[in-house]
Amino acid sequence: MGLGVLENIVGKRLWRGVHVPEFKDLTCHLPIRRMPFAPMLVVPLSQHAGSPAKAIVQAGQEVVRGEPIAEADGFMSVPMHAPVTGKVDRIALAPSARGDLSPAIYIKTYASASQEILYGAPQDIEQMTGEEIVRAVQATGVVGLGGAAFPTHVKLRVPDGKRIDTVVVNGCECEPYLTADHRIMLEQPKKVLHGARVAMRAVGAERAIVGVEDNKMDAVEALKAANAGHIDIDIEAVAAKYPQGAEKMLVKVLLGREIPSRGLPSDIGVGVFNVATLAQIGDLLPNRQGLIERVVTISGPGVNKPGNYLMALGTPLRFALEFAGCTDQAASVVLGGPMMGAAIGSFDVPVTKGVTGILVFTHQAVNGKSHIFPCIHCAACVDICPMHLNPSRLGMLARKDRYEEMEADYHLTDCFECGCCSYVCPSHIPLVQYFRVAKQMNREKKAVRA
Amino acid sequence: MIRSTVIEIRTSPHLHADRSVDMIMRNVVYALLPICAYAVWLFGVSALALLIVSTGSCVLTEHIACRISKKETSVGDFSVVITGILLGLVLPPGFPLWMTAVGGFIAVAPGKMLFGGLGFNIFNPALVGRAFLQAAFPTAIMAYTQPLAANRFSEFIPSTLAIPLMKAPAVAALTSATPLMMQKFDHVSSLASTLLWGQHAGSAGETCAPLVFLCGLYLIVRKMMDWRISASMLLGVAVFGGLFHWINPAQYPNPWVELLSGGLMLGAMFMATDPVASPVTPRGMWIYGIVMGLITVLIRFLGGLAEGVMYAILIGNALSPLIDNVTQPRTYGERKTKAVAT
Repeated sequence: MGLGVLENIVGKRLWRGVHVPEFKDLTCHLPIRRMPFAPMLVVPLSQHAGSPAKAIVQAGQEVVRGEPIAEADGFMSVPMHAPVTGKVDRIALAPSARGDLSPAIYIKTYASASQEILYGAPQDIEQMTGEEIVRAVQATGVVGLGGAAFPTHVKLRVPDGKRIDTVVVNGCECEPYLTADHRIMLEQPKKVLHGARVAMRAVGAERAIVGVEDNKMDAVEALKAANAGHIDIDIEAVAAKYPQGAEKMLVKVLLGREIPSRGLPSDIGVGVFNVATLAQIGDLLPNRQGLIERVVTISGPGVNKPGNYLMALGTPLRFALEFAGCTDQAASVVLGGPMMGAAIGSFDVPVTKGVTGILVFTHQAVNGKSHIFPCIHCAACVDICPMHLNPSRLGMLARKDRYEEMEADYHLTDCFECGCCSYVCPSHIPLVQYFRVAKQMNREKKAVRA
Repeated sequence: MIRSTVIEIRTSPHLHADRSVDMIMRNVVYALLPICAYAVWLFGVSALALLIVSTGSCVLTEHIACRISKKETSVGDFSVVITGILLGLVLPPGFPLWMTAVGGFIAVAPGKMLFGGLGFNIFNPALVGRAFLQAAFPTAIMAYTQPLAANRFSEFIPSTLAIPLMKAPAVAALTSATPLMMQKFDHVSSLASTLLWGQHAGSAGETCAPLVFLCGLYLIVRKMMDWRISASMLLGVAVFGGLFHWINPAQYPNPWVELLSGGLMLGAMFMATDPVASPVTPRGMWIYGIVMGLITVLIRFLGGLAEGVMYAILIGNALSPLIDNVTQPRTYGERKTKAVAT
């Protein structure tokens, strides 16, 4: 392939996409610290893609840290575990990051409890079959911790008639500000690699490739050192560019394969897992424990003590932000990275399994130029769209409410809302927002017709 | 303690590149200023008056058009300033000022505002204005004068101050042919040095191709202009011009001469690249540029006019929606065979 020659000269890289200011030096040098337990934790039953879990505890019941408190409702679901030793206060509605209310288990923390995890039993992964690993991973409640919160065990079960030859480990963390994955690779490289081998074993892949952006060379070195003497896992540094951490992009960069439109990585023999997810699997699976905490980057111009915090799932944002020294200037709070994360409307939203970061922006940072000019067809969006769409044309159609045409002729459904087009648009047209609306309108129209 | 004040909810992305339309347009104006300065140095106060009147009439027309349609004035985005300057640069330096004002009005009122203003016009407004002037005042627009006249800073070229709708003063004695006209009608090639320094008769801002190229390069380096359109148009002229030259070197000049003469460089650098009227797809841009280069060569060599850049760009503008439609990019992961409906 012609591109292969070029690749030898310039290294593996994403050709489209954008260079976004990173702001990672606010937190990338700070070791992971544990955050204290909030007096009341809120564990939503739906914090993953798929069916919500079913609560198996009642109000007033005492729970031990690590104990299952909700069970998976079918294969496309995961259980929940008590993030703290305490007492179930109630099962009631709680605000979610999406802005609506969803059922959650409120647990009152026992302030004097030791908070040791007493729950679990060792198991020997070497003796387990692929299907047994899938079941065991489901029991841990682990979902994609890179933000998508897709149940990991579902990805570990290879669909009939397909074969997975390569596990891709995603250590890109291409979103600005976020450094949680960086710290995990640096501090827990063995766990990441162990998790990767579990995944390889489950899907029957012979090799794995860890893709890390070259702005984290210390993480690359740490992983290489932890992998010394092994040849089944390759650690590759790729040139940093947003949105390389999107699985479609990383698979293309590392393997030169394209995931078909509306298809899955398994269609092309690949399984993609985030480093934080694998570190948790590597940690939890041997002890049959459940996912009760995760590393979250708290950063942005609105906090005085930015850092990477190991937080109990269910910690309300109010508690987390007070701990991190949120200033009075806080004007907006974003869960996830600034390119794809959602601004939340309430400080009572809890930290869930898919929260990679909590970013606090001040008025100065938020109130940028907001004057929207007409599209001048400068083609900046067309040039950077990692999916090779035509955002300019899509935006024009969206303005005219021609949503069905956007899907039928211009591949609207392939847009994964990375935000590059809105980022570069000199007219400040909120393209991604147009596309979200268009997708939703099309979904509703289909639902009406069905 | 977090004081539960109002928090803003906006949709992602929450970061934005430090670029905006007015900033890009302002930089295009900056890039045009050296060309204006050189034009004034070559042609004196007439060129200065020409540029002031063309820019002024364009800006005024846009402002009034916004007023009439009860919209906030859009002159602040600087795009109309570009139109005004470009219109001045593509007219002969001694062009009557009242005609220039009419050209500015035509460029902006029907050429831009009638379509809906910035972003909606199909053609490059400056060229719409010039095309109108060429049709309305064919004699005046062919009346080129020699540069570096001794009295250029103290006296206007007589035709500059012509009174509307009166017979223009006899200026035939002063007019002289541009290098392209000499090439076409008299088969006289100009010296390379004359062309390089732009010290020959021609439109006010078109004579010095290397200067125009450098000014365009500034915008390309600052990523405010698409190099692919400029490159492909120049490539088109070089390739097709070269083909003619290869077939019949006696009649058709070396492609270098073609690249350096007439309005090609200004057109390729500043007018073909007008993003509003050009394609957005990467393949489309190359096709667009090469087509414009081809049409330029065909008009220059086979048509009745000495210069074809204006019509080449206008035809390219008209084709660009079609080019866009047939060059939609292949989407990542797009399945090669489309599902056949059963």
